[in-house]
Amino acid sequence: MTTAIQLTPQDTIERGLALAAAEGADGCVVIVAETSSANLRWANNTLTTNGAMRGSSVTVIATVGAGEGTAAGVVGRSSVTDESLRELVSAAVATARASSAAEDARPLVEGTVGADWDAEPEETSVNVYEKFAPALGETLQRASKESRWLYGFADHEVVTLYVGSSAGLRMRQALPRGHVTATGKSGDLSQSAWVGAATRDFTDIDALALDSELTRRLGWATRTVSVEPGRHATVLPPAAVADLMTYLFWQLDGRDAFEGRTVFSKPGGTRVGDTLSSQPVNLLSDPQLPGLETFPFAVARSSGRSSSVFDNGLTLTATDWIRGGKLEHLMTSRHTAELIGAPAATPDIANYVLSVDGASGSTDDLVAGVEHGLLLTCLWYIRMVDPQTSLLTGLTRDGVYLVENGQVTGAVNNFRFNESPVDLLARFTTAGATIQSFSREWGDGFSRTATPPLLVPDFNMSSVSQAS
Amino acid sequence: MPEVDATFLALPRHELAEAALQRARDLGAAFAEFRLERIRYESISLRDSVLESATDDEDLGLAVRVIYDGTWGFAAGVALTKDEAIQVAEQAVNMAQVSRPINAEPIELADEPVYDDVSWLSSYEIDPFSVPRSEKVALLTDYSDRLLTADGVAHVSVHLATVHECKFYANTEGTSYTQQRVRIGPDITAHAVQADRFDSMSSCASPVGRGWEYMTGTGWDWDDELAQIPGWLAEKMAAPTVESGSYDLVVDPTNLWLTIHESIGHATELDRALGYEANYAGTSFATTDKLGTLKYGSPVMHVTGDRTAEHGLSTVGYDDEGVAGQQWDLVKDGVLVGYQVDRRMAKVNEDLLGTPRSNGCAYADSSGHIPIQRMANVSLQPAVDGPSTEELISRVKNGIYIVGDKSWSIDMQRYNFQFTGQRFYKITDGKLDGQLRDVAYQATTTDFWGSMEAVGGPQTYVLGGALNCGKAQPAQSGAVSHGCPSALFRSVRILNTTQEAGR
Repeated sequence: MTTAIQLTPQDTIERGLALAAAEGADGCVVIVAETSSANLRWANNTLTTNGAMRGSSVTVIATVGAGEGTAAGVVGRSSVTDESLRELVSAAVATARASSAAEDARPLVEGTVGADWDAEPEETSVNVYEKFAPALGETLQRASKESRWLYGFADHEVVTLYVGSSAGLRMRQALPRGHVTATGKSGDLSQSAWVGAATRDFTDIDALALDSELTRRLGWATRTVSVEPGRHATVLPPAAVADLMTYLFWQLDGRDAFEGRTVFSKPGGTRVGDTLSSQPVNLLSDPQLPGLETFPFAVARSSGRSSSVFDNGLTLTATDWIRGGKLEHLMTSRHTAELIGAPAATPDIANYVLSVDGASGSTDDLVAGVEHGLLLTCLWYIRMVDPQTSLLTGLTRDGVYLVENGQVTGAVNNFRFNESPVDLLARFTTAGATIQSFSREWGDGFSRTATPPLLVPDFNMSSVSQAS
Repeated sequence: MPEVDATFLALPRHELAEAALQRARDLGAAFAEFRLERIRYESISLRDSVLESATDDEDLGLAVRVIYDGTWGFAAGVALTKDEAIQVAEQAVNMAQVSRPINAEPIELADEPVYDDVSWLSSYEIDPFSVPRSEKVALLTDYSDRLLTADGVAHVSVHLATVHECKFYANTEGTSYTQQRVRIGPDITAHAVQADRFDSMSSCASPVGRGWEYMTGTGWDWDDELAQIPGWLAEKMAAPTVESGSYDLVVDPTNLWLTIHESIGHATELDRALGYEANYAGTSFATTDKLGTLKYGSPVMHVTGDRTAEHGLSTVGYDDEGVAGQQWDLVKDGVLVGYQVDRRMAKVNEDLLGTPRSNGCAYADSSGHIPIQRMANVSLQPAVDGPSTEELISRVKNGIYIVGDKSWSIDMQRYNFQFTGQRFYKITDGKLDGQLRDVAYQATTTDFWGSMEAVGGPQTYVLGGALNCGKAQPAQSGAVSHGCPSALFRSVRILNTTQEAGR
């Protein structure tokens, strides 16, 4: 058996930096991520899978050379011991030596030691479901008695990240993240409804209330109506807006736009400064947003687009991407900011808030103002059709409802849509208040979003989907 | 001849397995299985022939899954020590105990013969991880330069993903195996930018279960394709926009594999048909009451599932429940006749499926994830002595020949799909008549396959595939291949994507 020693994250970083220096590296960044998670999954009113997982990963970024001649070597491993750390660092330094100069090379970010640097990793376990699991069991039994089917997933994860560098940086941040999603179907499977929510610790998740909301929505489907494809007045609730706007968020890369490859390109440069919407639409990211907290410093395990391994540790601050309907910033690293002539780096931040100045009210309030139209639940299988217009295709899912004279009066068939989220920001007529939302399609990976409900007068439903 | 990596064999796999399985037995588990996995990933990206990033990652860990009191329990850890293996086994049992109150169906598994300490390797010549990084970057830079220096090419993106997967599996029934698989996925795209629009042209080389030799000409003619891409891109930039409407289509295997993946591969996963994925990936219109009767497509449609095809991305010796790789029919003479299953589903649905054995579709994408039913290689069989692609084109008066995959989307029950492609050639009176642009095809699964008039012969057969098929919660990534010939479809709806955008 192995006698290798598991190191603490801090020891891994200090030893890694020392080993890199001893190997002759000119600079080094070590990133350690300690992850724990627990999940429950259910379908057809019974548990299907579960899991309690722990993970640990170490990424070493070694640099050799100076200034524009700096080359980087990036090597990552899970479950590193005192023995394998030595091999890992050697591999990173050797890779850097064998590489040509990196075009994104910049001086490593200097920093001080964070106040909580010495703290241990935070953890989660199956105990996070102490109250939720019994309540879930109750809803599964209730559904069986009432001839409904329930399907869903609950996940809780804590990542504790440690970043240290030869330039003195020592940062630690622990981030919990959780979510629950639940689908309900009628006994004959002809109707479907969905709810989803993000949470930090499951204390605010009420399994019985989620089930009640599914039951309310399935109740709307007691009357079913066929609606033809075409352009319809459509209320998108915050989850569906997040489905579309997360994709827009991913198109905000500065270099891609500058090189003429995205909807934010224009001849000779980018559309920064252009008006995208005549309405006071704002899209911003801020690592400190209450309820949407994310890492307050840049973390890059590889370079690409607006990420640069040389930017690890760069302080992230509130950034306006769109302000008052005008495109303000695109995402850049220090390298790509210079490349495209942006005044400063504005790196990717793992959250966003879409809001409209002066907008208030809920999805139900928007519905109340619609004479004849559709109310969606969420969208699915969203993919880029044409990057030039950011035309996306995808489908409605788990509940499309008919709205007549401000009331939900029945359930209608699903649709395939073809729409551009950029165009939607220019075409929506009414917005509600921004609330924390959970994207059906992207929430598992990108859960820190806040979006308003939107009323779009002419949402393009391209064809009917028979899915139910 | 490649062999299982010596550094993986040097890990204490048998000792860890024995410690974990014994602890699970001692705690009263009716069944337990142990996996030790080491997966190496290399990713190299070039942007305009300059190295953008190159990373080398390794994921190593162990996992235990138990059936305790009729309930699954799964846990995973990272330290390769006996103590950790025992602790993970205890966590798996604990997970089953906590979950027991919400489990309504006692878990039983289909029988499988015992395989005692066997070994299996995928078919490749050169382990990509044995090739120096500088040699790989040099080759990719050369490929990039060939495109970047051509007229009309403004930018070039090159990405190469390589994976080396070592797995040791053991269960309380006595099966244990060691398995090594290698896969490689290149992605090379040339971009053109004009004042009023931009577009791109990508290589049609699919990811595949081969080694580094794939990048130097074994299984793909890089010299020929790289020489043609700039011309194809220039023609696309100058092409007329398509008139939306109904067209006959000849679909090249470089495009059709993805349509097979979405509309047949996922639809014949039994876990989807049974509703296990209703909250995430979705269900299937091909429900169990339709097995043996559903007209999936025209009589020329013969689709198989396999975990045995040479160079297939889903090909294995044994799956993640210790079941040996097999091949079987999913659609025969146009009728739904089979599903992809794992051991639990095989047991519960034995009468329906007409066999007591799993067809070996359990897979977990890493030691940190639970095995679930994942896709076999799902392939459309060619017609013996069938026509060439040119002969299929010659049967079309007014249509479109579609080459290469690009955009894809399908609904939660696998009815309504929409795909685009790399190149769309107008067919006029049986002959190719220049490229079109802004093309998407949209159809309902059974209508589309029902409109398939002919499949090409074995000479048109190509193995396509993907490295990144997503399924399950927590999300898992799967690699899978789909072989198919060229095929002829009548009267398919074609959209103009510019019109769809309201322009």
